[in-house]
Amino acid sequence: MSTLIIAEHDNASLKAATLNSVAAAQAIGGDIDILVAGSDCQAVAEQAAQIAGIARVRVADNAAYANALAENVAPLIVEIAGDYSHILGTATTTAKNILPRVAALLDVQAISDISAVISGDTFERPVYAGSMIATVQSSDAIKVITVRGTAFDAAASDGGSAAIEAIGSAHDAGSSSFVGEEVAASDRPELTAAKTVVSGGRALGSEEQFSMIYQLADHMGAAVGASRAAVDAGYAPNDMQVGQTGKIVAPDLYMAIGISGAIQHLAGMKDSKVIVAINKDEEAPILSVADYGLVADLFVALPELEAAL
Amino acid sequence: MKVLVPVKRVVDYNVKVRPKSDGSDADLANLKMSINPFCEIAVEEAVRLKEQGIVSEIVAVSIGVQQAQEQLRTALALGADRAILIATDVAIEPLAIAKCLKAVCDNEKPDIVLLGKQAIDGDNNQTGQMLGALTGFPQATFASELTLSADGATVKREVDGGLQTLSLTLPAIVTTDLRLNEPRYASLPNIMKAKRKPLDSTTPEELGVDATPRTSLLNVRLPAERQAGIVVEDVSALVDKLKNEAKVIS
Ligand SMILES: Cc1cc2nc3c(=O)[nH]c(=O)nc-3n(C[C@H](O)[C@H](O)[C@H](O)COP(=O)(O)OP(=O)(O)OC[C@H]3O[C@@H](n4cnc5c(N)ncnc54)[C@H](O)[C@@H]3O)c2cc1C
Ligand SMILES: Nc1ncnc2c1ncn2[C@@H]1O[C@H](COP(=O)(O)O)[C@@H](O)[C@H]1O
Repeated sequence: MSTLIIAEHDNASLKAATLNSVAAAQAIGGDIDILVAGSDCQAVAEQAAQIAGIARVRVADNAAYANALAENVAPLIVEIAGDYSHILGTATTTAKNILPRVAALLDVQAISDISAVISGDTFERPVYAGSMIATVQSSDAIKVITVRGTAFDAAASDGGSAAIEAIGSAHDAGSSSFVGEEVAASDRPELTAAKTVVSGGRALGSEEQFSMIYQLADHMGAAVGASRAAVDAGYAPNDMQVGQTGKIVAPDLYMAIGISGAIQHLAGMKDSKVIVAINKDEEAPILSVADYGLVADLFVALPELEAAL
Repeated sequence: MKVLVPVKRVVDYNVKVRPKSDGSDADLANLKMSINPFCEIAVEEAVRLKEQGIVSEIVAVSIGVQQAQEQLRTALALGADRAILIATDVAIEPLAIAKCLKAVCDNEKPDIVLLGKQAIDGDNNQTGQMLGALTGFPQATFASELTLSADGATVKREVDGGLQTLSLTLPAIVTTDLRLNEPRYASLPNIMKAKRKPLDSTTPEELGVDATPRTSLLNVRLPAERQAGIVVEDVSALVDKLKNEAKVIS
């Protein structure tokens, strides 16, 4: 068996999410290679080569791969796919965009968002917003898989010295182009990697009042999350949405402030180690998953909490 | 321009689904079924493009059991012009669904295919991207804004870091995210009108698609339950617990 992992990066540095796929690949067993597809991305390749237990880092450094456009990166992966039994990427928006396209080009059925490896062909994955865990077995020769980051502890980012090899070919479909991006610059920890997450819901009532969540988070060195209702209402940006159709988080401490606990929200946070909920309704479903519930008005409780911490 | 909108029949998002007693699959008996919320957003977007005069025809298509006609009628009531059911009684995977949709694309020659980003039953998030591979069309997944003209599509996408804008040549594939629009409700007259709109039926076999599954579902189970927690008295009790019992803050 041999696995190819698609590196998650921004051409300058390797994203920690890649390490969760390395852990999943280790659970599968066999040699592990990493593909770095990007532009001016040598630094990323060097970082990837330091991950413990990697055989080879294959670098495709070309302007066509600068923005990870699926139309260009998918054929690149297909070109080298024959060397592997498994192709893995952590279930970020990048991998979710590219890997199903790869799978269809290879005529295989992809397996999304695995939460456990049972064997080389059998995996667990959550379905129906995490209401159930399905065990699925693949009969395809090449398994194309996205990995739920929170389900696999990050592999060690150093201690290795893999060989770096260049891939020369360039695939430029010419059918899509990158126009621009609006990336929220923030000094706060990254939501999916943070040890503490403070999330706010519809109850915050306005964008101004949502700043109470930022304040508490900054006080605690935490990342900020939000329910869909809070994002829809414009209190918080979309990249903060936690849930079935947002980000999946599993921090040591998750604080749900003014969030009811709809199943779609729980799907994104119920594997957190410790859950705190502050809600004025003692019947709120979030309280049934919370380790510590506080039935209170958040506008009273939050200033008190900040003062006490 | 012509739009193809694939819509999936799924368990309503408000319903909690449990495993069958033998753990062989989800128990869907007698549960309320609906159009997948992301597909509803795709239909709404198509209807708005038609109202703006950019799109002239909307074709809704669903692959599944005969009862998926209900979801196609919903799409027709929301403003689709006609519908195609690709009928099958067996569970069918995203790859085979994408192959069926590819066959429909070959026949219908749409300028754009609007799909949901994810079906809320299997949570696969695959079909649009797979259809992109099979047709060779470019793709913009997780769309929160779509601008369409004869020259191409410009799409704002919801990505992990924020928002990204792509420009695509046509024909193209776009998958919808939640904030693309807020779907309307079908009015009673439109529901009545939808009953007379054309709904054709075919099968994967007639389209030449081999739908043999590539994966087998070995079992489904409930996730590990969280241990019941406690309700604390006040903020100072909470802080005490977090410091001294859970030890997650210092
Ligand atoms: C297809 C689909 C996908 C979805 N995906 C997601 C997802 O990924 N993530 C997600 O979060 N949601 C998702 N949702 C939405 C989800 O169903 C809920 O609507 C949403 O999570 C509700 O957000 P909320 O808890 O902030 O708001 P509400 O349900 O309105 O809850 C607000 C809570 O605040 C409490 N409250 C009010 N005032 C105060 C106060 N002063 N002090 C303390 N407490 C107060 C109330 O008691 C209530 O419990 C999805 C829905 C659909 C249909
Ligand atoms: N059986 C189906 N019939 C029609 N469209 C489907 C079907 N399954 C998936 N789709 C489309 O593909 C999208 C993503 O589904 P999935 O890849 O299963 O998460 C859905 O929102 C639909 O637009």
